[in-house]
Formats: sequence, C-alpha cells, structure tokens
Amino acid sequence: MSACACGNTAPKYPELQEILSRHEGEKGSLIPILQEVQAAYGYIPEDVIKEISLALDIPATTIYGVATFYAQFHLKPRGRHVVRVCQGTACHVRGGARILAEVEKELGIKPGETTEDLRFSLEPVACLGCCGLAPVMMVDEDTHGRMTPDKVASVLARYE
Amino acid sequence: MNLFRAHVLVCGGTGCTSGGSPEIRARLEKELAAKGLDKEVKVVTTGCHGLCEMGPLVIVYPEGTMYTHVTPDDVPDIVNEHLYKGRIVQRLLYKEPLTEEKVPHYGDLPFYQKQKRVVLQNCGYINPERIEEYIARGGYSALAKVLGEMTPEEVIAEVKKSGLRGRGGAGFPTGLKWEFCRKAPGEPKYVVCNGDEGDPGAFMDRSVMEGDPHRVLEGMIIGAYAIGASEGYIYVRAEYPLAVKRLRIATKQAEELGLLGDNILGSGFSFRIHIKEGAGAFVCGEETALMASIMGQRGMPRPRPPFPANQGLWDKPTNINNVETWANIPDIILKGGDWFASMGTEKSKGTKVFALTGKVRNTGLVEVPMGITLREIIFDIGGGIPNGKKFKAVQIGGPSGGCLPESQLDLPVDYESLTGAGAIMGSGGLVVMDEDTCIVDVARFFLNFTRSESCGKCTPCREGIKRMLEILDRIAAGKGKMEDLDLLERTALVVKQSALCGLGQTAPNPILSTLRYFRDEYVTHIQDKRCPAGVCAALLVYRIKPELCRGCTACTRVCPVGAISGTRKEVHFIDPDKCIKCGACMERCPFGAIVRG
Repeated sequence: MSACACGNTAPKYPELQEILSRHEGEKGSLIPILQEVQAAYGYIPEDVIKEISLALDIPATTIYGVATFYAQFHLKPRGRHVVRVCQGTACHVRGGARILAEVEKELGIKPGETTEDLRFSLEPVACLGCCGLAPVMMVDEDTHGRMTPDKVASVLARYE
Repeated sequence: MNLFRAHVLVCGGTGCTSGGSPEIRARLEKELAAKGLDKEVKVVTTGCHGLCEMGPLVIVYPEGTMYTHVTPDDVPDIVNEHLYKGRIVQRLLYKEPLTEEKVPHYGDLPFYQKQKRVVLQNCGYINPERIEEYIARGGYSALAKVLGEMTPEEVIAEVKKSGLRGRGGAGFPTGLKWEFCRKAPGEPKYVVCNGDEGDPGAFMDRSVMEGDPHRVLEGMIIGAYAIGASEGYIYVRAEYPLAVKRLRIATKQAEELGLLGDNILGSGFSFRIHIKEGAGAFVCGEETALMASIMGQRGMPRPRPPFPANQGLWDKPTNINNVETWANIPDIILKGGDWFASMGTEKSKGTKVFALTGKVRNTGLVEVPMGITLREIIFDIGGGIPNGKKFKAVQIGGPSGGCLPESQLDLPVDYESLTGAGAIMGSGGLVVMDEDTCIVDVARFFLNFTRSESCGKCTPCREGIKRMLEILDRIAAGKGKMEDLDLLERTALVVKQSALCGLGQTAPNPILSTLRYFRDEYVTHIQDKRCPAGVCAALLVYRIKPELCRGCTACTRVCPVGAISGTRKEVHFIDPDKCIKCGACMERCPFGAIVRG
C-alpha cells in the first residue's frame, strides 16, 4: 500500500469512512458496502473504488468486476428518480412493451440512460414480482400497477 | 388486553399497496373513530391474500366477508353499513364471473375452495410485523417441540418421512440434503435461505417473506438445529424492499423473545441470521452463484461437485433451501411427516404454491396439493380465460420452463410428469396465454431474458443462447428458413447437455417445448411469412381503411411515435416506416377503421 503523495489528507468522501467502519471485520462485506455507497452518492465514483480497495485490501479490478456484474450498481451519476418498467412474462403478454415505449417517448431516453436534467433514469427490469397487476412500472420504491400508455405521463409528473 | 368484536383486515401485499390500501386503512381508522367504534373494531394490515386481481381487498371478521376493488371512498359504506348496522355492502362483494352470483364469504370463493393452504396459511390473516400474531396461530411451537423433545437426527428423519422436495425448482429431497450437510466434516456450518426469486412471473416467495416472515425464520432455525449450523443467511433480491424490511423486523422480534440468538429457549442451541440483499443478477438464484454473491464476489456458478453440503460458504458445509421449502418445515414438525406425505402424488408430496398470471381471470397466488391438474388450476381456480378468448398455452416453470398446450392440461402437477412433458416445476410460475399470444415471440422473449442474464462463464450458455436467439429473430422477422428449425433443435440439445449450471441447462426448454407442441406456428412464420397471433411486428402492417375513418384524431394522439398523420375530419394515414406496430391505434379507434394484416 503506497502513501498518498499529494499531501491532502482530508477525506473527500466522509460518508465512505462511516460506511467502511460499520462493516469492519464483517465477512463478505463488499456488496453491502457498494450498496451503501450507491445509496449515499447515487452511484459508485471511481475514487471510492480505490479507497474501498485500500480499506478492504481487495484489488480495485476485482471491485470493478463485482460492480459491473450486478445490474444494481452504476458507475455514472443517475437521475433523482429511477423508473423501472417491468418486462416480465406476465407484463409482456399484457402489453408491457407499450408502456416502455411510452416512457421512452415521454422522457426522450432509452433504457439505461438518464435525462439531461438528472430528473429520471430509465432502467429495464425483468420482473418486479407483482404480476397480478400487470403491466407494472415502478418509480423509485412506488409500484404502479395496471398501467396503460395514457397513464404514463401523469404518473411521471408526480416525481419532481 | 382490549377485546374487539370485529377485525377489519386490509391487504398490505405489494399489489394491494400499490392499489391504495394504505389510504384505505387511514380512512378506516378515521371513520371508525368518528363513529366511536375504534375501541370495538380493530384494523389490521396483513400480507397478501393471493387474489391480487380483485385488490385492494378488505376482509371483515368474524364473518369473513370479503370486499373487492375497495377505494377509500367505499370506506364510509363499510363502516356505516357493515360495522355499525351489520348490513353487508352488496356492491363490493366478489361476483362469480359465470353465474354473476355474489359471494359474501371469503372461504366460499371458488378461487379458495380447491386450494390447500399450508405455506400460505397465515398470509392475509396476520399482521406480519407482529410476532405475537404468528405465535397466536401456533407459531414457534414447532421450534419449541424440536428443541425440547427431538434430537437433530429425529428432525431429519421426520423431514425425510414427509417426502418434502426442494421448492426452488430442482426438487431434491430436503431431508437427504440436510443429512449430507449434517454428516459433512467442518465447522462452522451454515444454512441459507434462497429468496432470490428471479423468475419473471413468480412471486410466491415474495408473498411468504412479506406476509409471514416468521414462518421462514422458524423453518430455518429448526433446520439449523438439525444440521448443526450456527449461522444463517437469507438472500433476498434487491427488488423486494418490503420483504427485506419485514424480515429485518421479524429477526429483531425473534431475537428479543429469545427465539433467535444465543441459547435459544434455554436449550443451549445458538443460531444467528443475517439478511443479505441481492444486487440484481438472476443467475444468483443458482446456489453456487448465490454463495459467491454472499461472499461479496461476482455471482457466477461453479461446477459441482464439490456440493455446498461439503464446500459451501467460505468452503464450509452449507445447506441452501428455497423460501417455500423452509416455510413448510414448521407444519411438518407439528403435524408429522405422515400428515405431509398424505397430500400429493407418489413422488411429489405436500402442496405447491403457484403464481397464476397472464391471460387468466383470477390472477394471484394459489396453493394446491401436488397432483392437481393444470386444468383445475387454470379453469376452476383461475376462472379461465377472460374476454371470451381461447386458451392457447401455459408456460410453467419460468424462463427455463416449457410451454404446454391444451392437450397437456389434464396432466397431474408433479415434478416427474412436468419434466416428462418438457416443462419443469421450477419455482411455480404459471403464465397463461390466449390465442393472441405468438409462440415464436414467447420463445424469443424467454431466450432474450436468459441471454441477458447468462453470466458468460461457460461457452454453451453464453454463445449457444445467443445463436438460438439469432435464429428466432430471423424467423420472427420473416427471414427464417426451414433448415433453421433443425439447427435450432440441435443447438438447444447441445446447450441443454453441456451448460455448466441450471440456467444454461434449462434455457433451451422454451424452444424445445414450443417446437414439440407448436411446430406449425414456426412453419407458418417461415413459409407463409405470417404471424397467426398478430404479434411479430415485422410480419404485420397496420393501415387505415379510408371508408371507415372519420378523422377523429384519436389514433394520432395515442400513437407513441407520431407515425399517424391527418387533420380533423380527414382520413388519416399511418407511415409504415415510422410505425412500431404497437397496436395502440387499433385499440383506440372507435370505428374499427384500423386493420392489421
């Protein structure tokens, strides 16, 4: 482990230190740490990966490998609200693709992208597990069931 | 303690919650207080009742009256009429679709009559956030029995006698799995609950974790005692925040009462449970991948042997069972293995929870004895196909299951018969499809799913699924050749035989089963360049019949891509290059002027 040469010792990510100390000595803590980092910053900044690497003594490449393996982790900033349109089987046979098309049109972005004003990110999801309400979309942690294309705009309007 | 003359149960499952049940509860409390009934009538938020289609649901006890599609504005009627005057609110009752008859009592609904609820017995009856309610329904008495009267070997013998098999899909005998792990050398041992329910169209594990979390904990504690494990993990997918929250509450409550932690019930046995949230990877439902993920690594499967029973978490003996498997344990201990084995078929015992979805009237969760036929589930419990459409196929077992046609509907549901028919039990997702569903499109849908969820470690899965998907894309685009069908079948068999884990080995099932039962439909796509169900977009053209169009502009407003041009009172025109063939315009047109063909 090499010492920092820039002379600046003030931690750039104070929340990170708290997160790391919460998980000190815990087995298999990398994923929970990444989850909490993402909850704190909205994404996983590159510098944070380096700091976690030093703290846990895990190579940064390994952390990068884990972060890119799971759909939940993002290495770029995301919107304030995350829209997930379910593309599961039940939603598919009840017209989920049309809901997605409407959201894409309304926001002007494709799945995996974020609006320029950082208001919304659109993420594909395979199944939200409330198939009884198909087709379903989720904004942040709210589930909106029995969607129709014309309900999309009014649902999105509720999130500033 | 207050005694209440009536209880009003408000469903707090994910479905009903998104339908507005928290507002219903708030309104109930307000109206009851206004009438001065709040000391006599108690409002309880419960887990999922299973009949999600009819939600939000409100059930009034002691009568067991079920109100469907309740809105906050219906609450004054329920309070004033039912709870104050004792008159049932007729307009909110469930109506039998065929006879139009109203069914006032919860238990009399055809949806519930053929069900046998073991795993789901508390879902919808108790408040999942209160351990007292679970205990009042007999909860944790199986644990007390085990710790007080049984040796670990006796527990394993009872589970073996019950014939319980893993509910996660593969159907391995649970008692045997426990015995392997108990006998494996190495300390400490771990037990894991697989709550990474990733199959699209399955939500039974979610409902159990959200609606009756203590049942899962009790099963795990009993299993840990039998195996000799001191630590346990529950791995829940990140998309289920409510399940994570309820499990956290449940473990805390169990710890406070001495049912979890050090020296449980004074027996000297200690056991702790950690809850791990998944991070969004379907393959983590596979046991070796799940363990890698718990250990903080990329969730990739590894070859077995060594099996987790010998080398699991941190190379120690580990026993992994699915949520539903764990939830069966308390009743097996209390009522005995013989009782459990009296339900079901020769090789598949007990009950199974199915998530019934798609084109069926009563979507929801159903728990039925093994050996029931698919026809009974879909038509008697599920109420058949809505909108006068015809049944076409049922996809059973999730993306790695198979599509079964009408001719297979009288098949008794058990592990062996489903495998024989080319499907699998899987996690128990049942997606019903009607005549508007295209079989090629469905196969493509599943393959697209398994392709994007393949972890990429082994070649047959990574490359094979991709190649099969390319062939299906060709067929759906009208560019297929007859030789493609043989190539598809051959590739499917190779992937099935050579992939590393369950994901790859079962990914070809949707192709093989649809080729077996619906080959004609593939042939129609290839030879006639036609999609009989009208789904495959490349084979469709939407156009407006000028003689029927009145120029109302309804279609231009609904078109998501602005492909329809035309001003008021003039005939409209669909630009075929812009059209994404979603069909929205056809549904909206009040004059039937838009045709597909």
